[in-house]
Amino acid sequence: MSQATANAKVRVMSGNEACAEAAIAAGCRFFAGYPITPSSEIAESLARLLPAIGGKFIQMEDEIAAMGAVIGASLAGAKAMTATSGPGFSLKQENIGFAVMAEVPCVVVDVQRGGPSTGLPTMPSQGDVMQARWGTHGDHPIIALCPRGVRETYDLTVRAFNLAERYRTPVILLMDEIVGHVNEKVSLPDRIQVVERGAPAEPPAEYLPYRVTPSDVPPMASFGTGYRYHVTGLAHDETGFPTNDPHKIEQLIERMHRKIERHLDDIVAVDEDFQSGARLGVFAYGSTARAAARAVREARERGTAVSFVSPTTIWPFPAEAVRRLAESVDRILVAELNRGQLTHEVEWAAAGRAEVTGLWRVNGEPIRPADILDRIEQEAS
Amino acid sequence: MDYERYLRQDKMPLIWCPGCGHGIILKAMLRAIDKLGLSQDEVVMVSGIGCSSRATGYVDFNTLHTTHGRPLAFATGIKLSRPELTVMVVTGDGDATAIGGNHFIHAARRNIDVTVLLYNNWIYGMTGGQASPTTPIGARATTAPFGAVENTFDISALAAAAGASYVARGSVTEPVKLDRYIRQGLQKKGFALIEAFTPCPTSFGRQNKQGTGADMMAWLKEHTVDARRAAKMSPEELQDKLVTGVLVDVDKPEFCEGYSRVIEAARDRVRLPELPETEPLPVDPAERGAMR
Repeated sequence: MSQATANAKVRVMSGNEACAEAAIAAGCRFFAGYPITPSSEIAESLARLLPAIGGKFIQMEDEIAAMGAVIGASLAGAKAMTATSGPGFSLKQENIGFAVMAEVPCVVVDVQRGGPSTGLPTMPSQGDVMQARWGTHGDHPIIALCPRGVRETYDLTVRAFNLAERYRTPVILLMDEIVGHVNEKVSLPDRIQVVERGAPAEPPAEYLPYRVTPSDVPPMASFGTGYRYHVTGLAHDETGFPTNDPHKIEQLIERMHRKIERHLDDIVAVDEDFQSGARLGVFAYGSTARAAARAVREARERGTAVSFVSPTTIWPFPAEAVRRLAESVDRILVAELNRGQLTHEVEWAAAGRAEVTGLWRVNGEPIRPADILDRIEQEAS
Repeated sequence: MDYERYLRQDKMPLIWCPGCGHGIILKAMLRAIDKLGLSQDEVVMVSGIGCSSRATGYVDFNTLHTTHGRPLAFATGIKLSRPELTVMVVTGDGDATAIGGNHFIHAARRNIDVTVLLYNNWIYGMTGGQASPTTPIGARATTAPFGAVENTFDISALAAAAGASYVARGSVTEPVKLDRYIRQGLQKKGFALIEAFTPCPTSFGRQNKQGTGADMMAWLKEHTVDARRAAKMSPEELQDKLVTGVLVDVDKPEFCEGYSRVIEAARDRVRLPELPETEPLPVDPAERGAMR
């Protein structure tokens, strides 16, 4: 029996545990965090696992510091992660912006709970979708992934690290309380693909940490490897030093956006399940997509044709998939645990080709399959 | 010594004003690093936001200019991740003890092996003279136009109480002593704070009618008293004095060393889950394989 087959293990685990184990598998060797429900199990798991593999875990004095420590560790060469929930995610925004601006790879997990403010610490929500997109100030690109279940949390955690390293950017893993706390039987992969950072090809004297490259992603050198350079949150030129030159500022900000926008085919992942003759489409993500998948299946069993689009990358927004859906149906139903944060994006992407309607909930209760099925039948009739 | 070896010549001139004391501290720092023979590749210098924090842009090390108040959080991640690197933090009174106060006391409590060089000029200089946690009672600031009424932080005492292994306070009027403090701080295994008084003629001096940078230096010189001499002075004599010297120098458990014992314990006691095999994917998107 090969090693790979021996590794294929069926386990019962929660999404939070899957996230922690996948981080280790993806090469994460540094975690800094602060206790917060419903994400604490990620920190608790990594407090045990990381030192056992020679990595480092630290509980910082607050969420701001945890984000700062993660960026520091990444600059020193470690794949690094933090995990939090809404209130902590708010506090991390300042340094997430720094990681965007300084192009420091890192993974930020937000196990969403009900908000605003302290809100509903133990109840599910998808209320941080727009905070993931625009939580930090200024024009910036961001990548946010949204798992629908435990096994997918494992896969997307690995993918989050890969995307972070490849595009030199913070990647938000936007879980929710249901995905984080549900225990499921999962079959873990025996083989995964992992992006390693590598080192610049050029010698230190020629290294420009923020130069324009063919892919728009400059190669990254880690501190302490002979590449002495400057990192700042100020607008900077190709050397990394502050600049007020409008041309250089524009070059930086445009390249930062281009490096994501040019690679949407690599970054944006979305399941498109179109049914011919369907006049209604359903759009859902995260734990709500699990309920939606069942509702769609049951509707089809009852003879109602429904198309279903479910992204695992929500930022950049899967606008092309929504456009295709909008061209094939008359109406799109968006189910989400907030007051329409992505419904409005769907509406923008549909651009009048289909009418967009929402099934929203913000009272701490999940959206159940029956709720979506009722709406499908109502919308389809 | 050859300062130019450590300076990024192409980044001159400095943004610091004429009469500012910051350059004196910068030079003392470079002398300390030179005397210890540290490799430039192995020094990481981290700063926050403010005039003092611009120092990282002028020196040829691995340099990181972070967000306001947060350099110690970033430095903690660097040091814990790579304990073999020498990690220094350059910060100011506002950066370290107002917006960064929490990080300051907790880094000292952890006793992580980071050396903090804090430029204390009793004001927010870069933003134009607003009150800081060290602006003396009665002194004017643009946000305290009728004189500051808040009590001030004794930053060195704060670090000592929070658990620092080494605390020294100096002044730009005693630059040779500053070298020694910085050197001792760098050699200390644990959290080290060197607080250095430095005049800000532009943002503090003008509002408080203290004259030129030279006048402020003369005032500093007159009011600075070494800790050993201060021990023999009465509270009345010490009322308007700034006491300098080595205030704390103790050996106690350092955080990264403590964490290496955590690693040993975890390796003995934790059964790692079986991990999947990994297949490398290229980092450069130009040569990427499908990532799904």
